[in-house]
Amino acid sequence: MAIVDKSPRARVAATTRYAALVLAAILFLLPFYLLLRNALMSERDLSSPDWHWLPPTWHPENFTAIFSDPALPLARSLVNSVAISVVQTAGVLVISGLAGYGLARIPYRWSTAVFYLITATLLIPAAVTFVPSFVVVSTLGWISTLRGLIIPGLFQALATFLFRQFFLGFPKEIEEAAFLDGLGYWGTFWRVVVPNSFGFAAAIGTITFIGSWNAFLWPLVIGREQTTWTVQIALSTFLTAQSVDLSHLFAAALVAIAPLLVMFLFLQRWIVEGVERTGMGGD
Amino acid sequence: MTATPVSLGRRLRGRQNQNLWFWVFVGPFVIGLVVFIYVPIAWSIYLSFFDAYNTVTPTRFVGLGNYADMMRDEAFRSSLSTFVVFAAGIVPTTFALSLLTALLVARTRVMQTFFRSVFFLPTACSYVVAALIWKMSIFAGVPSGMVNAGLALAGHDAIPFLSLTRPPWYWLVIVSARLWLQVGFYMILFLAALQRISPTLYEAAAIDGAGSWQQFRFITLPQLRPTSAAVLLLLLINAFQAFDEFYNILSTFGQYPPYARPPLVYLYYVALGQGQDFGHGSAGAVILTLVIALSALVFNRFVSLRGES
Repeated sequence: MAIVDKSPRARVAATTRYAALVLAAILFLLPFYLLLRNALMSERDLSSPDWHWLPPTWHPENFTAIFSDPALPLARSLVNSVAISVVQTAGVLVISGLAGYGLARIPYRWSTAVFYLITATLLIPAAVTFVPSFVVVSTLGWISTLRGLIIPGLFQALATFLFRQFFLGFPKEIEEAAFLDGLGYWGTFWRVVVPNSFGFAAAIGTITFIGSWNAFLWPLVIGREQTTWTVQIALSTFLTAQSVDLSHLFAAALVAIAPLLVMFLFLQRWIVEGVERTGMGGD
Repeated sequence: MTATPVSLGRRLRGRQNQNLWFWVFVGPFVIGLVVFIYVPIAWSIYLSFFDAYNTVTPTRFVGLGNYADMMRDEAFRSSLSTFVVFAAGIVPTTFALSLLTALLVARTRVMQTFFRSVFFLPTACSYVVAALIWKMSIFAGVPSGMVNAGLALAGHDAIPFLSLTRPPWYWLVIVSARLWLQVGFYMILFLAALQRISPTLYEAAAIDGAGSWQQFRFITLPQLRPTSAAVLLLLLINAFQAFDEFYNILSTFGQYPPYARPPLVYLYYVALGQGQDFGHGSAGAVILTLVIALSALVFNRFVSLRGES
């Protein structure tokens, strides 16, 4: 809309628009503000009926206290969350990247059938399969193990589908040259295709990481023992059981979202691209 | 290639070992998919025809008994109506708000990236953390809760938002939490679609004397149609799968209240609660899958019919 309108009516419209944006922005930031405020308050001030926009007394020591609170296995659950998210993200990128490339580029008689087998699972809402998946994972003896938390999440049909779409649009000439140089499918993939796909992999990777870090239902079902709690499960356990200092819970929640907030600050470009790709499924 | 007879091994490997390489690339994924998606689904369908309390290798076949039980089960039916109420609240509000923020952000030239980031930032937050803020701070039922502190200023008594069923204030808490978490995601989809609309369309309309409402009504909305349809479908499917915020906002002292149980929460307690009733749990999962598939189908049909007219 390059037409610049300086009429009073347009100016009123622009001001209204701007005011609406500022108001909405304040509302959207408010929960983050409360999280930070509560994390820095004492339990007593937090439950006082007098409202304070700023903590009456500051308690930054909450952030060290949560790591020594024996009731809250925060450090352990953070380690679990990092391990699960990192392995799952790397695993999805490799497994779906390979599969997407094979489907896009290696001629094979049953390729279309395999493709349908994969895309059919996109129609099944993932959360509905949690009961059946639990049955299989418990049969494998993987309840309350990191294996059980990580491995079933490695096979993401949507990621494979998107990688296939992406590789279909990859300039074929580059690959053909590499192929003629005798690199073969394996060498072409790792030495030519992968180095030219970092942007796309970053988009899929950041989205996978966020999903993995924030996952709740599967870790709740599988990580039943404290040693396999993710940080979300640790927070949820104390939130729903109410057996921990409330300001500590807010401090722990802030620690739990900190990695993703940092990601949003520095990798937002890839996350936005990942949202666009996964949200529209390749349209 | 010549037509000379080739050995079975060579035929299996294909030209330039293509068949072999195909499976090297695609095999790991397909194996995982079979083990963790197809086998569970098949197994679950099998279990849904059996009495399967605390066991995954049941022996007592009950035919469609579990399905009949689920259809008769008042709690299962009420979980479906809970979903309908929830979807009626969350789908239109998320749609409208994400479209509105996208339009506002797209048209502002001042600090556009800042505003986009602000609305997108809650996507980084988990449902658990949002539930904590909503339940213990914004809508805490005690006078120290933010909304209740505001009500106190207006001379109003504190409202126990989560334990009251009449009026059902908990819907306000649950819907607003998900709204905050989701709007940014769908705003990004709308923003991308808005950027794809050709500016010449607007220029032509402006020359024809179309005002901003007419431009929105006759250019923006029709151009956004595919995105709008996809967003609505995603919202609907995601609402079906709601679990995290219900579980975290409504459970207290390890107990989930008897009301406001959406389908997944209900299934969770049937199949993985004390009873470990995999037979009924699986039957419920199958029914739910069919309901979702059917709604998606009806929705698609509805949207494509409207597109033709």
